[in-house]
Amino acid sequence: MAVRTVTTRPLADPRSAAVRARRRLPSLRTAIITAVAYVVAVVFVFPYLEMLITAVRPQRELYATNYLPHHFAWSNLINMWGAAYGITSSVRVSLEIAGGATLLVLLVALPAAYYTSRHRFRGRNGFLLLVLGTQMLQPTALIVGIYKEFLNFGLLNLNPVWSLILVNAGFNLAFAVWILNAYIGSIPAELEEAAMVDGCTRLDALRRITLPLAMPGVVTALIFTFIAAWNEFISALALTTSTSDYPLTVRLDSFIGQYSVDWQHLFGASVVATIPVFILFALIEGRVVGGLTAGSIK
Amino acid sequence: MSDIAAAKPRRSTRPRRRLAALEPLAWIGPAIALIAVVVIWPIVTMIQTSFQNITPLGITIGSAGLSNFTQVFRNPNLPGILIRTVIWVAVTVAITMLLSLGLAQLYNQRFPGRRFARWAIIAPWAASVLMTALIFRWMLQPENGVVNVFLHQLGLVHQFNSNQADWLGRPDSAFIWMIGVAVFVSLPFTTYVLLAGLQAIPGELFEAAKVDGATAWHAYRRITLPLLRPAFLVALVINLMNVFNSFPIIWEMTRGGPGYETSTTTVFMYDLKGTFVGQAAAMAIVNFALVVVIVLVFLRLNRWNRQEAR
Repeated sequence: MAVRTVTTRPLADPRSAAVRARRRLPSLRTAIITAVAYVVAVVFVFPYLEMLITAVRPQRELYATNYLPHHFAWSNLINMWGAAYGITSSVRVSLEIAGGATLLVLLVALPAAYYTSRHRFRGRNGFLLLVLGTQMLQPTALIVGIYKEFLNFGLLNLNPVWSLILVNAGFNLAFAVWILNAYIGSIPAELEEAAMVDGCTRLDALRRITLPLAMPGVVTALIFTFIAAWNEFISALALTTSTSDYPLTVRLDSFIGQYSVDWQHLFGASVVATIPVFILFALIEGRVVGGLTAGSIK
Repeated sequence: MSDIAAAKPRRSTRPRRRLAALEPLAWIGPAIALIAVVVIWPIVTMIQTSFQNITPLGITIGSAGLSNFTQVFRNPNLPGILIRTVIWVAVTVAITMLLSLGLAQLYNQRFPGRRFARWAIIAPWAASVLMTALIFRWMLQPENGVVNVFLHQLGLVHQFNSNQADWLGRPDSAFIWMIGVAVFVSLPFTTYVLLAGLQAIPGELFEAAKVDGATAWHAYRRITLPLLRPAFLVALVINLMNVFNSFPIIWEMTRGGPGYETSTTTVFMYDLKGTFVGQAAAMAIVNFALVVVIVLVFLRLNRWNRQEAR
């Protein structure tokens, strides 16, 4: 571990032997920094641990004033899949929405990002500005308009999943366009040209050369869109009416009743909703900042 | 370009050029269509709706003129909501930015297990805000919330289920806790942006400063802060937008109540949507105008940062 952390900083090379000898024992400063950093880390994770603990609290200990229950009722995590709680159907709906939105974003963003990064044309700047503008907007700001639009077009009666796929794809398009644009821009166009000289069509060159090289960007865009759509709440709340159409976020909300809250199932469903997201997010963590700040930090 | 065109047979140039003008549309057209359906059309609809008279059952009974706007502005709850919105955004963003400066500095240091510590702080970013808000609501339960259990052990909360332990029942303490949650969920992103900014600063600068006898604080003020400015400003504007539009925190923790005493304009707008869509749209237009201002600042900043980078 010590070796690794040294190599991550380009700065640490020429040091005298005495300094190096002293480094074997962590200095007081390092010890303090480590301690503080770990405390901060625990603070950030704590609420999610509490969520997990509550999800496996046995019914009689739900309102006990202890940090940990005497028994862990792991069966809670199995019983909650019963049809009465609707978690199973919500997972399906959430998968449909997030999956559909991710696919749509890829189909729409990839050509746009490719073309804008390879060609200068009239309206290119206008288009990129439009994309940047939508990145700053959120469904919340437009929710009344979105609700009214889909109501007017009768799309809500059809199946809210389609509407939600559109909304989620639209609001995550900017991130995808931007990050793909940056990745494709870093791949030399000569590689494609060489392939085309060798008899590839343009689409072939795109598929065989550019796309594989831009894969990290594509994966980041896909995961980011999936997570954002999976976690999206306000438009799902506004656009779904029948309980069978609830995605997970709205289902969580529905566990909050006027007089009582079904905390165990709420947090059981939360555990289900969170674990895949944490894993996916850890995979793209290093690349997300670049896409979100739209390349404005060099 | 013209040489090449002249060398080709004249007949084919015109249709081909027209086709060439359409070529970009084939590639970026789908994206424009999606933005039109999901972003532009809702804006148009919202503006239309704000001038319509719509019953709570959703039937449009003609034009309302400006009455939706006047009714929203005359609403006795509005002044309080506006003041609260300003406090909500200003306080949350200010605390977030300050804490993130410290956190970024901390996580930029070398220490064993840094990678895991960094993973830990992205938890609130990856989890949905809705869920985080619900967890905090649970942790603040008056009868058994873990916050109360802890404060009870310290002797600060004397009795469970008391008025004192009911943090979300009183508007002022509820609002403070919700600002805390808003800061909590904004920290990871902000810290990561600042961390990226810190890592982009060449280390030689600090070596040179050290040689010149600068103290750590001096180096921070004269080197780190100025070079961090682009990252800082971008994070600031994105946070302004996110916090202003933040809906799930207040919705899940108090539903904006009691009354409208913990509502911001966003929650107020959503609440109006249930009964008076026209007024909700009018409120949304006011919100949207503010959002547009933030977007314009962001776009301006973006251009400015890039020019600086060159």
